[in-house]
Amino acid sequence: MDTVLFVIFAIVSLICAFNVVLQTHPISSALSLVGVMGSLAVLYLLLGAEFLAMTQVIVYGGAVMVLFVFTIMLLNAGSEKSSSKSWFAQIAGLPLLLAFVALMGFLIKGVMPALPAVRFGSFIGGTAEQIGRLLFTEYLLPFEVISILILIAILGAVVLARKEID
Amino acid sequence: MHISPVPLSWYLLLSALLFALGVAGFLYRKSIITVFMSIELMLNAVNLTFISFSYKLRQIDGHIYAFFVMVVAAAEAAVGLAIILTIFKNRGTLQIDEVDSMKL
Amino acid sequence: MTLWLIPFFPLLGFLINGLFGKRLSKPAVSLFAVGSVALSFIYVLILLSKLYPLTTPYTEHDFTWIHSGFLQVGFDLTVDRLTALMLMIVTGVGLLIHTYATGYMQHEEGYARFFSYFNLFMFFMLVLVLASNLLVLFVGWEGVGLCSYLLVGFYYKEKFASDAANKAFIVNRIGDFGFLLGIFLVVMTFRTLDFGQIASAVSSMPVETNAGILTAITLLLFAGATGKSAQIPLYVWLPDAMAGPTPVSALIHAATMVTAGVYMVARTAFLYNHSTIAMSVVAVIGLFTAVLAATIGVAQNDIKRVFAYSTVSQLGYMFLGLGLGAYSAGMFHVMTHAFFKALLFLGAGSVIHGLGGEQDLRHMGGLRKSMPITFVTLGIASLAISGFPFLSGFYSKDAILSAAYEHAPWMFWIGALTAGLTAFYVFRAFFLTFFGTYRGHHHPHESPLSMTFPLIVLAILSAIGGFFSVPHLLAPLFPLSTGPENITPMIISASFGILGILIAYVFYVANPALAETVRVRAGGLYTLVLNKYYVDEIYAAFIVRPLEVLSRYGLWKAVDVGLIDGAVVDGGGRLVRSVGGLLRQLQSGSIRNYATWVMAGSLIVIFVLGLVGGSVR
Repeated sequence: MDTVLFVIFAIVSLICAFNVVLQTHPISSALSLVGVMGSLAVLYLLLGAEFLAMTQVIVYGGAVMVLFVFTIMLLNAGSEKSSSKSWFAQIAGLPLLLAFVALMGFLIKGVMPALPAVRFGSFIGGTAEQIGRLLFTEYLLPFEVISILILIAILGAVVLARKEID
Repeated sequence: MHISPVPLSWYLLLSALLFALGVAGFLYRKSIITVFMSIELMLNAVNLTFISFSYKLRQIDGHIYAFFVMVVAAAEAAVGLAIILTIFKNRGTLQIDEVDSMKL
Repeated sequence: MTLWLIPFFPLLGFLINGLFGKRLSKPAVSLFAVGSVALSFIYVLILLSKLYPLTTPYTEHDFTWIHSGFLQVGFDLTVDRLTALMLMIVTGVGLLIHTYATGYMQHEEGYARFFSYFNLFMFFMLVLVLASNLLVLFVGWEGVGLCSYLLVGFYYKEKFASDAANKAFIVNRIGDFGFLLGIFLVVMTFRTLDFGQIASAVSSMPVETNAGILTAITLLLFAGATGKSAQIPLYVWLPDAMAGPTPVSALIHAATMVTAGVYMVARTAFLYNHSTIAMSVVAVIGLFTAVLAATIGVAQNDIKRVFAYSTVSQLGYMFLGLGLGAYSAGMFHVMTHAFFKALLFLGAGSVIHGLGGEQDLRHMGGLRKSMPITFVTLGIASLAISGFPFLSGFYSKDAILSAAYEHAPWMFWIGALTAGLTAFYVFRAFFLTFFGTYRGHHHPHESPLSMTFPLIVLAILSAIGGFFSVPHLLAPLFPLSTGPENITPMIISASFGILGILIAYVFYVANPALAETVRVRAGGLYTLVLNKYYVDEIYAAFIVRPLEVLSRYGLWKAVDVGLIDGAVVDGGGRLVRSVGGLLRQLQSGSIRNYATWVMAGSLIVIFVLGLVGGSVR
């Protein structure tokens, strides 16, 4: 069962990811990205990260992507034109990517020690309680810092966006 | 019918592919917003890696890191989009090729 | 008994006249200049009377100059009989010439400058003479060369004067290069530069008959002497140096500086005695220089040039004497030559002064009535240089020629013939100046007492100087040769001298037209001799010009402009620029480019980490 789920949602996420890259209109890319997020949430569940899966859907899918879609519509971003000035990226990009994937594949398959198989339900540590406990004991400092980071981000966004309205 | 379970390496490989796609989008797309979305894609791929390893190591530190990544991504999205709005306001364009006044 | 006081007085004169001369009156300048030399002379007299009999040298160590590893060189001064002789000559004749110069230079601008240079010269010359080691001698050596440059180029506003000064200094320098190499070899071989130490070290070494280290040293030192003492091949500067004022010619180019080379060879006789090749070289070069210069002197028309070539020729005689081992004969001739050559130059200066600057023999004549003192004194000098019996030159020349007669008869005959030539050209100049009718346009008058007094003193010395036997004086240093004195060479050389005088009389007094006829008949030969055998032109073509071309096109254009400026300096700049221009492309402003580079970089990092990191547990 897990295998089937994995395969389906892996393929979905890959297709959506391709879509993000290949679509011309930003809206289509945004919607495909939502699809990626969703499939990834399922994959997280398979890996036993319940809290994170929920967080993924809520934060990414519900907030970040909504923000993206809002901005696209606000800016009335249209389809991309086909001019290209950056020849270097065009030419060097593809080989680099292939090299990257190959390198990763080699490292994962060859260098890494034996990896266990994934069985749904085999790891049940990803509960909210567990994460919360860790968050407030061992990772307290990063947690607080992150809070301040969000605060700064909010302030920044407000300031930047505000100038526009004037 | 017994289907063998999925080894963890497939998750890692998927993550690598997603990351590569994210980079591809970053390199090949011209619109700033699309580039930004590719960045989000990359961050998600990394999250997947974190959680996979967390599964393997039977610890949830990986989840914590992924959590933090998400938070930062969210903050970054907010600020970044505000910046995009400003760029659009000042230069009237969303093509990153035209935002090159830092050229020597 | 401080020796350093001897050169100190003229140094003081130099400083006073050099720094304050412009503000002092001419009599004050003269007082300091002549006074300082007079003080030196008096001090020398006192010193020598105290140090008599001076059979062993008296040395004084003033301060340690160099103390580096094994090499210890001090500023040491020493007085032995040889030094004493030179001291008397330098200070005595120097004093006379300084006195003369106060009269001669009376109406010249730069009076104080002249005397400051003159005193500086005295300082360096005295340091040279008093030196106890090769390095201090070299200091004096270089110093007198410098003063020669300053004084020859005294009329610096005239191009020919400054050219002559350059020539003097540069040609000297070439010789000095050889001298320096000799000094280096001495340091290498003897590990000391002190004369006394070298002498004792070399006494245990065998005499070299083939090329060896001592031959090399002596020949190199002699190269310096050919420069300083105007021998072949570096004599070419002396005739041109006549561009300086006449007292300069008298002091530097007759009595003192040019004899420095002779003194140096005599000083290092212990080295020369150990190398038969070097001795032969010295003697042969001396002889040939004597002949060459005498032949050139026959045809010259400028009175100072005649005497300049005469100096070169007489210096050749001195080196001939040294090369034959007759060191005291050579030094004897140094002394007598100082007397009569200085007198000849000073007399010529008197004539020039009386004629308002005329130097060409063809525009003189019949001056014996208008300048009697000059006439008599110059006559005595001319007789002395011709080796007229019983005058000073007779004894000193005979000493040298007798040595030649004993060791190498062929040298004797050539030397005797040259003596005849010497008499001929000196009396040619004498007769052309004082006999016949006056061929010029000035009003000749006798010179003032300040000039005639030194002339008279020098004339007396030229006459009786021969009785002051230098060989006996220097016997503790240079043992006298035993055996009966041979009268034959004396008679032969004296006869040649008198013959020369008679022939000159015939040509220039009795039958002047004869000289003209001979000149026309001789034609090409005459032109050759008049133009000094074109030696200067040959040097210019074969040495100076290639050097100039090499310098200009080789070193300047190719190396300096092309290589150093172009490749290194400009090239460095251009390289940095082009690399910068290349790197600049990275800053394209395009985010995608930057991202690609980041990607590439991170790939490399991952790769390396993957290889190096290993598995993480």
